[in-house]
Amino acid sequence: MAGIPHDHYEPKSNGEKWLHSRLPIVGLLYDTLVLPTPRNLNWMWIWGIVLVFTLVMQIITGIVLVMHYIPHVDMAFASVEHIMRDVNGGHMIRYFHQNGASLFFVAVYAHIFRSLYYGSYKAPREVTWIIGMLMYLLMMGTAFMGYVLPWGQMSFHGTAVITGLFGAIPFIGESVQTWLLGATAVGQPALNRFFSLHYLLPFILLGLTIVHIWAFHTTGNNNPTGVEVRRTSKEDAEKDTLPFWPYFVIKDLFALAIILAVFVAIVGFMPNYLGHPDNYIPANPLATPAHIVPEWYFLPFYAILRAFTADVWVVQIVQFLSFGIIDAKFFGVLAMFGAIVVMALAPWLDTSTVRSGRYRPMFKWWFWLLVVDFFVLMWVGARPAESPYDLISLIASTYWFAYFLVILPLLGVIEKPLTPPATIEDDYNAHYAPKSDSAPVANPAE
Amino acid sequence: MNMIRKVTLAAAAALALTSGQAIAAGAEIEVTDYAFPFEGPFGQFDQMQLQRGLQVYTEICAACHGLQYLSFRNLSDEGGPSLPEDQMRAYAEFYEVFDQALFDGEGDFRPATPADKFPMSNLSNAPDLTLMAKARAGFSGPYGTGIAQLLQGMGGAEYIASLMTGYVDEPECALESDPMDGYYNVAFAAGGFPESCKGEHGEHLVPGSWIAMAPPLYGDDVDFADGSSTELEAVAMDVASFLMWTAEPKMMARKQAGLTGVLFLTVLSVLLYLTNKRLWAPYKNKKA
Repeated sequence: MAGIPHDHYEPKSNGEKWLHSRLPIVGLLYDTLVLPTPRNLNWMWIWGIVLVFTLVMQIITGIVLVMHYIPHVDMAFASVEHIMRDVNGGHMIRYFHQNGASLFFVAVYAHIFRSLYYGSYKAPREVTWIIGMLMYLLMMGTAFMGYVLPWGQMSFHGTAVITGLFGAIPFIGESVQTWLLGATAVGQPALNRFFSLHYLLPFILLGLTIVHIWAFHTTGNNNPTGVEVRRTSKEDAEKDTLPFWPYFVIKDLFALAIILAVFVAIVGFMPNYLGHPDNYIPANPLATPAHIVPEWYFLPFYAILRAFTADVWVVQIVQFLSFGIIDAKFFGVLAMFGAIVVMALAPWLDTSTVRSGRYRPMFKWWFWLLVVDFFVLMWVGARPAESPYDLISLIASTYWFAYFLVILPLLGVIEKPLTPPATIEDDYNAHYAPKSDSAPVANPAE
Repeated sequence: MNMIRKVTLAAAAALALTSGQAIAAGAEIEVTDYAFPFEGPFGQFDQMQLQRGLQVYTEICAACHGLQYLSFRNLSDEGGPSLPEDQMRAYAEFYEVFDQALFDGEGDFRPATPADKFPMSNLSNAPDLTLMAKARAGFSGPYGTGIAQLLQGMGGAEYIASLMTGYVDEPECALESDPMDGYYNVAFAAGGFPESCKGEHGEHLVPGSWIAMAPPLYGDDVDFADGSSTELEAVAMDVASFLMWTAEPKMMARKQAGLTGVLFLTVLSVLLYLTNKRLWAPYKNKKA
């Protein structure tokens, strides 16, 4: 695996040989665990393990919650309260699951922006990137449907708004919306199918996780220099890498423990901080909340959805050219999904020959502006759609698209990148000189 | 390292951004940041305060409002009012609940048992109070950043206490238009609001709005056996504290679990840090 030369599993005992000739599963696990990993990986390479942990945590807590939850419009809300009050440890399981969604998205956004900065999406890792984007979409779908299940006010009216997006599709929109909801309005059929899918999708995510790992184990990890591990010989490769176990496993677990300490503090001391108070009011179709706001992790894309109103000239031109088929509402929907599509196309939009942003002096500025832009979008997504927030969200949304569609392609042409180090070993030794052969000398002067 | 620092800051900012925006644009409310004993990671419910709050609920709120998710037996739970079991049973018997199993399936009323839940309200405009302290947020902003809630808490109990004490004389601007239904309350956001109290862009010139509920508390509404203050503000805090408990009866257990978890994970991270350091030592030799 990985095309990086390294030692492979050799069955030793008769029992091992017997199994290996029939099912080489031990070899597969061995090769996965000892994968040569660039030794210069920094702390931004820990989010993968956080994501795997969170997925498993969500599945386990979720399975327990399902044992007590009732997907019925008259009983769902009360069954969640039953979990919170009467099920042993139920309040902790539910709060872990509820806040676990936030942990998931903090980790995935850090993971995505790390890839964007260090060019992890570039050849030959496009497939890893595309699978990752699919997983991100699935995560959003899963989180959205999970939020519906407590059947609170925000669950109900948020569902009405989000499924209403599909209603904006010209000609077939209404039929699509009815088909999705199983009815003309949000109700029992929608709750049932969202419950079913909320249980199913995480397992598809688990499958895609394996494919995602398989893909980058085939190409090898990217690293902060963006320089590939030398594959010329096993000796060269070993100078650039260290085995995943134990070096990176322990490092990742250390980072995970710190992140979980923060997470447990949030669950223990302020579990409702990231939620919306209105969702502790049972769903009432007749009373619409004054302010329907999605969860924080959807806000950037929600802001893009709302940014393109009918008075924006681009929207007006598109509406005119499409003979009115694409109106402002549908334009917003296209923009929201388009924002993720352009991100998924980054491997082909980025024309620079240098992979890592570390050696791209102009790119750095634009990248950090994108990060700021993301937080600005998150912020305006929670604000009412009025002046000056409408203008801010329009500018921020435009930058999001400009970054991928204009800046990334242009930078490759106009930017003069620095020269990355020749090898990972060079980069690593620039930070950490190799130890001399003699025994470590305590320096009394220090 | 620069990247890490920036991303850490970014993650912190992400956590600080919350969608917890209970208050509609334009409507300002006045919520006092009362100091409740259960606030903060180490805060505890005050058992006596919860019992006083239960008394206020029973004598005043229960006339109109229900507590449909709370069981009578919860009143004896640890970390709550912790009534002795005989008192809790006696308390439950005061309530009549409808039991479908009686009279050969026709159903009839009977005195409540510890396993029963508090009755729900029969009045359509008297919302259930069990979760009210979590369904309202007293604090928000500034500018949708969620920093206020990070520092002060969600403010559900503060909101309830402020609502109880928020009935004041109508502002002068309201006298210019037709009389409003209900009562002016500076802590209530979702009620009616006279046009004459709005500015030229529709912004509200006075805090709060008009609420249908008549002032439930005036001060000296109850007699406390423990001789606690019966002033309006004290009683309002007692009942707000009680409603925080009905909304989050496992709060003490949760904070305990959180504290244990944080301590455990802190120790674990130190151990993993040392393990990691030792593991990498042969490959890391910081340049002088």
